[in-house]
Amino acid sequence: MREDVIYSFKGLYRDAFRVKGYVFGEGEKTACIVGSLRGNEYQQVYVCSLLIKKLKELEEYGKVSKDKSIMIVPCGNPYSMNIKKRFWSIDNTDINRMFPGYEKGETTQRIAAGIFEQIKDYKYGIQFASFYMPGHFVPQVRIMKTGNENIEMAKAFGLPFVVVHNPRPFDTATLNYNWQIWDTEAFSIYTSSTEKIDKKSAKTGVNAVLNFLAKEGVIDYEITEGCVSKVIESDKFISIRTTNAGFMKPLVQAGDVVIKGQVMAYVTNPYTGEVIQTVTASTDGIIAFEYDSPIVYQNTAAFKLIPLS
Amino acid sequence: MKELLESIEDVVRLSLPVDERFVITKHRFMADRKKRQKRICIVTGIHGDELEGQYVCYELSRRIREQVDSLNGIVDIYPAMNPFGIDSITRGIPAFDLDMNRIFPGNLDGDMNEYLAYKIIEELEGADLVIDIHASNIFLTEVPQIRINELNADVLVPIAKKANMDLIWVHGASTVLESTLAYSLNSKGTKTLVVEMGVGMRITEEYGNQLADGIFSLMKELGIWTGAVPDMKEAIVAYDADGDDVCYLNAPCSGIYMKEKKHGSVVEKGELVGKIINPLSGDVIAEIKAPEKGMIFTVREYPVVEEGSLMGRILKEKVILENQV
Repeated sequence: MREDVIYSFKGLYRDAFRVKGYVFGEGEKTACIVGSLRGNEYQQVYVCSLLIKKLKELEEYGKVSKDKSIMIVPCGNPYSMNIKKRFWSIDNTDINRMFPGYEKGETTQRIAAGIFEQIKDYKYGIQFASFYMPGHFVPQVRIMKTGNENIEMAKAFGLPFVVVHNPRPFDTATLNYNWQIWDTEAFSIYTSSTEKIDKKSAKTGVNAVLNFLAKEGVIDYEITEGCVSKVIESDKFISIRTTNAGFMKPLVQAGDVVIKGQVMAYVTNPYTGEVIQTVTASTDGIIAFEYDSPIVYQNTAAFKLIPLS
Repeated sequence: MKELLESIEDVVRLSLPVDERFVITKHRFMADRKKRQKRICIVTGIHGDELEGQYVCYELSRRIREQVDSLNGIVDIYPAMNPFGIDSITRGIPAFDLDMNRIFPGNLDGDMNEYLAYKIIEELEGADLVIDIHASNIFLTEVPQIRINELNADVLVPIAKKANMDLIWVHGASTVLESTLAYSLNSKGTKTLVVEMGVGMRITEEYGNQLADGIFSLMKELGIWTGAVPDMKEAIVAYDADGDDVCYLNAPCSGIYMKEKKHGSVVEKGELVGKIINPLSGDVIAEIKAPEKGMIFTVREYPVVEEGSLMGRILKEKVILENQV
């Protein structure tokens, strides 16, 4: 294992800003795995740490394929993580809205450009991503529809779902989108959490990446039993929304199967405890996303369902 | 003096979780109750830390009330599109960490913010002109200017020239900007100008008055105002779609930026614009010099910089000369 500083600059009163990459094997730039780009993505860093540990072991046993190299970038934004801020410390910009970056631009554009320069030539790009709303996902691999997407390859992760996503304008500045545009086979892996470490789903994420690397011949590794992935377009998800604001008490969780009419949650008046909405399933489905915050706003997607039909 | 029809109306009203309503409001001025009247919409506060538009909203109301007889249409004023942001000194939408100007045109069936964006577009669509007032951010001061996407330059530049601004900056198209209020409205055929002036978290009364004059000039062009308006400034127009008209000054290192030039200054090539100092060591760690002759139209106000921070923008002399021709 080699530890490289792939981007850095000096701070005024803080230690230098450093982005590190951990490299395994030598030769062709084959697979790059990126963890957190935001300061609250603790789970994403944790998953990378598990992968680094495992790949170090595999490398020591000579199980990284000849002429292939893997790089893991556990955290693209340690400055924000150390001050518990989601976005960039000074101007609140989002590094994952700055790709492919601009080396002569503003700070986060430069960071994105500096990271991208080091990771853009890999054959496979895998990012552990997070959603902007607090909640839990059923483990899934997401792939953006740019015309370069490789849906069949995404099944190699052995996760229950491959979600194909039509990019919106702001998605065009994400790492995943730009990796694809630069001819990297790009995938985003969603494990179930972001701000809290969930060991079980972290393990699922690690196994998914190891399975993928083994199937693509990057490592010699005994593939664990995965799922036959169901492919679904993200706009086929059915949002179950709150019609009232208040406290939400969920009765089901991500991964559960629900039937049409099943009570999924209650929204209550925070002062009186009176139930002001009974949230029910509009169709039979699997819960792909479960909102996780005590308070909900009107129109909040409390759940996202993958229809069973 | 004729009667002025005024009303404060809800654009959106939603319940919040704990005993509060979320409301976006507008102040409507109408000359009369005729059905077909021209309408101008003045929008501000999409970014909660940009306050320059607050004074403009007040000043427009004050002047309309002073000359009721000159009003000949509808003026709708929306001072706070992001009331949570203004209340909490937050640029984006607090609780969601979203930039409100990246979620348009919104979605009627989407979450609360997408719904708000949809309702705002629905509200503004069909107006004869929309002016979306921004104020840079807390880091930079901007000379009063209108920014126009190159896709709409043919239609919007002639209108913007009547707005009493110092600069009209036609910039290149970008996919990311397709989520802005102005892009969404312009793509639906509702002409929308984006004003940038002053600095975040502050109000520059002089700029507010300059823009208020410009808005009355635009209202006169539309036939919404019949009163006298002062002579308008002749704005410099920079057709910068290829990014060749403007020099960007980005910090080469982290430190404290001390500006040497005010915005609006004309600088020679190589002239000192500012310096970056290190208060710990007591050293000047970088001297920032103008890469070309031109006018400084953006100046850094917030002194702390890190590598890459924008410290200023210079409009190249060639653009100024082209405008003089």
